[in-house]
Amino acid sequence: MTEGYAIELTVNGRQVSAEVRADETLLEFLRTQLRIIDAKSGCGKGDCGTCTVLLDGLPVKSCIVLAASADGKDVKTLSGMQNEPLVKALQESFVTHGAVQCGFCTPGMILTAASYLNEHKNPSRDDIRRALSGNLCRCTGYKKIVDATQAVARRNE
Amino acid sequence: MSGVIGKPMPRHDAWAKARGDVVYADDFSLPGMLYGKVLRSRYPAARILSIDTKKAEALPGVHAVLTAKDVPNNETVTKFGQSRDVGSGFEGMYRVLADKKVRFMGEAVALVAAETERIAQEALELIEVDYEPLPGVFDPEEAARPGAYPVGESESNVIARYRIRRGDADEALRHADVVIEGTYRVPFVDHAYLEPESGVAWLDENGVINIRVSTQVIEHFRGVAAVLGVPHNKVRIIGTFAGGGFGGKEDITVETYLALLVRKTGRPCKMTWTREESILSHSKRHPYVMRYTTGAMADGKIVALKADLISDAGAYVYLSPWVLMYSAVNATGPYEVDNVDITAMTVLTNNTFTSANRGFGAIQPNFAYESQMDELARRLGIDPLEIRRINCIKKGSTMSTGWKIDRYVALPEVAERAREALGEPTSMPAPWKVGIGVAVGMMSYGRLMFLHDTSRSHVRVEMDGSVTVRCGVPDIGGGQSSSLCQIVAEELGVDMSNVNIYVSDTALTPLAGTTTATRQLYMSGNATLKAARELRGRLLSKAAEMLGVSSDRLDLKEGSVIVEGETRRLPLVKVIAACANEGQELFSEAQFNAPFCEVPDLSDIKGQIFPDFTFGAHAVEVAVDTETGMTRVLRIVSCYDVGRAINPLSAEGQLEGGAIYCMGYALMEEVVMDRGITRTPSLSEYLIPTSADAPDVTCIMLEYGDGLGPYGAKGLGEPSCNSIAPAITNAIYDAVGVRIKSLPATPEKVLRAMKGDL
Repeated sequence: MTEGYAIELTVNGRQVSAEVRADETLLEFLRTQLRIIDAKSGCGKGDCGTCTVLLDGLPVKSCIVLAASADGKDVKTLSGMQNEPLVKALQESFVTHGAVQCGFCTPGMILTAASYLNEHKNPSRDDIRRALSGNLCRCTGYKKIVDATQAVARRNE
Repeated sequence: MSGVIGKPMPRHDAWAKARGDVVYADDFSLPGMLYGKVLRSRYPAARILSIDTKKAEALPGVHAVLTAKDVPNNETVTKFGQSRDVGSGFEGMYRVLADKKVRFMGEAVALVAAETERIAQEALELIEVDYEPLPGVFDPEEAARPGAYPVGESESNVIARYRIRRGDADEALRHADVVIEGTYRVPFVDHAYLEPESGVAWLDENGVINIRVSTQVIEHFRGVAAVLGVPHNKVRIIGTFAGGGFGGKEDITVETYLALLVRKTGRPCKMTWTREESILSHSKRHPYVMRYTTGAMADGKIVALKADLISDAGAYVYLSPWVLMYSAVNATGPYEVDNVDITAMTVLTNNTFTSANRGFGAIQPNFAYESQMDELARRLGIDPLEIRRINCIKKGSTMSTGWKIDRYVALPEVAERAREALGEPTSMPAPWKVGIGVAVGMMSYGRLMFLHDTSRSHVRVEMDGSVTVRCGVPDIGGGQSSSLCQIVAEELGVDMSNVNIYVSDTALTPLAGTTTATRQLYMSGNATLKAARELRGRLLSKAAEMLGVSSDRLDLKEGSVIVEGETRRLPLVKVIAACANEGQELFSEAQFNAPFCEVPDLSDIKGQIFPDFTFGAHAVEVAVDTETGMTRVLRIVSCYDVGRAINPLSAEGQLEGGAIYCMGYALMEEVVMDRGITRTPSLSEYLIPTSADAPDVTCIMLEYGDGLGPYGAKGLGEPSCNSIAPAITNAIYDAVGVRIKSLPATPEKVLRAMKGDL
């Protein structure tokens, strides 16, 4: 357990060199070593999606990705994407549609939505529902989250 | 008036949350911080013969290992923010760490603080506890029998019994044309908020233990102080933005443990529970067995209702007597019945303890009485809406306790509107069959009146015309603090962005009471409204003097004083400057008191014990796969009399969220306990609705303006999740002709019922 692995990766556009334990998750690394707090820990088992980050552009649940496996890769959390137009549009849409309640699922939800809308230009409501179904929300009942995501998708048409 | 009340608007905290900037409980750290962990019982019932902590203490990096003997007052009394002593019937024992007997699996036995989480975990594994397993009792009816295994040491397993009687139910049943009988069961349910329990505590230079924690009740500072044996003013609780609460953060979670570890080590300490720990050891929604008999005449008029309610309190009392009180009073539902006999009992078992969960005892009988109503309508060949037209209470009706309802009741209108909006049934090809279901519900907002509930709020205008609000309201995501900003913006005629609010701090904000019982908009909304209006009056009277007009011709709008019928405007900052110059107070702190009553006679509950009710209905369309029993909720309409929607976006958010929260209750959620052992300790076993399960909820909000909240608002947080479960099971009946009387209505249950196997 004391054996460390030296890793080098890019996190939110910044080059990072660090030492991680063999069993250290990417989420633990981000939160405790780098103090990046917008990726949340809700279950530690890949069930809830609050820890969603982009690994080389793809959304992953960082609580079930080993930090060592992110060596040489590009990691982005919501706080590193605040200037990306699609992310900004989603944030604004979530705010104006009332899709944010307690907010704990919101960073992961917005990242998943952004990643999905990047790849899919004309999703239906059901497409959006399926795309977001790995990110749990206990407050909203999802309608306003789907509304907010769909509004941005329509703008991209 | 600036006209922000009733406008859909983004909450003041929405942007920070959308950017991921909010510092939740676990996001916060301090230099030199230790990590706390809890050793939990592996048995639901056992005697602790010995605990050896030596090896754990010797592990490098471990700073404290605590057991019951290290807790100054290990046994105190459960309080839930009330400052009034409501007696032992409503205040059970609060035990910090297991002592003598272990009562449920996951009960805290020892605490550790160490340099890292991993060392703390390793230390837990080095603590040697010698248990003698005991038989335990896991069924409340069995636990209530004489000679049953005693869950506690000296107390009876039966912790509360209530009765409500009106007229002569047995006699009326004998003369009824039709009698419907049924036994209904509802399961243990987890809140499944996405943020597990968490907090950070530290000792400050004044010797005060500060606890920054995700909670619904900052008033637990008193309970923590009682455990430590220190004055109340030596414990400060700062509530964070909570990542959901739903009643599960109403009881003490990490607070006491953190305080003990900080007191022992002198170092800051963080504790965050894992999801498994959270599911194992925080409260659950009470399972109930509910035996109902409803008698009616051929024309549909209900003449008698008898109900026997038994709830499983789990291993400790917590809020069980309060929840049971809600159930007893709600047992007849929103129906006027002349002959009623309700008996209710809550019993200790060796299951995980049960306490508050959104719906708080109102929701369980709702499933039972709305199932009975649907069955009665079918039996008599009367439309389900018609049977509600015949029986629903209205203003002036008398409830089972003799309480005469003196406020507007939007029944059965909410049901009619919901049903109408649902429209015609969808048709689906075989093997699917589609059905429609309707159910109504009622639930109180504001706490039980014998708690003598109060809230306080402080509003201050700054020299530049901006406004600062301080109110001790814990914000758990329902927009609790944002709606207060909106009220202040309305009254003082300033933009929402010019109002800044500080919440949830026992040292620095006036105590506003708990974020529970759907009470914050009602209570703290009124306290804030009172403070803002007092300040408004002061500013307007100064402005009247400055303008030489009567103050009743003045209004505050867009940062200025405006004169009725004139174009001249006086900037608010000039009025503020004039007040300051004369030494007038530029702040106001107000207290709002709910109506009070005394604790009723529990063997014969009479009169009014809640301030008011919120009434609503759900109409749903459900498809059932006749080959597999799979169900799919196609559409949901939620119609509520909200009184007044302060922020329609937030109000809709409650209705939509509430409907889906308890769509899970209806169809998928159950904490499976197998002789006290939790078999569903993760979110891949305890399933809650995902976006792929949830249909769009159509909201219809009626605004009759007769609520007790600010501007006539009613509370919505908990009432919003009422009536969806029976609406769904009534729709399943409509689709395939089977009545599911035990939640959740899983595919297995539906299929077995269709095969006549249930």
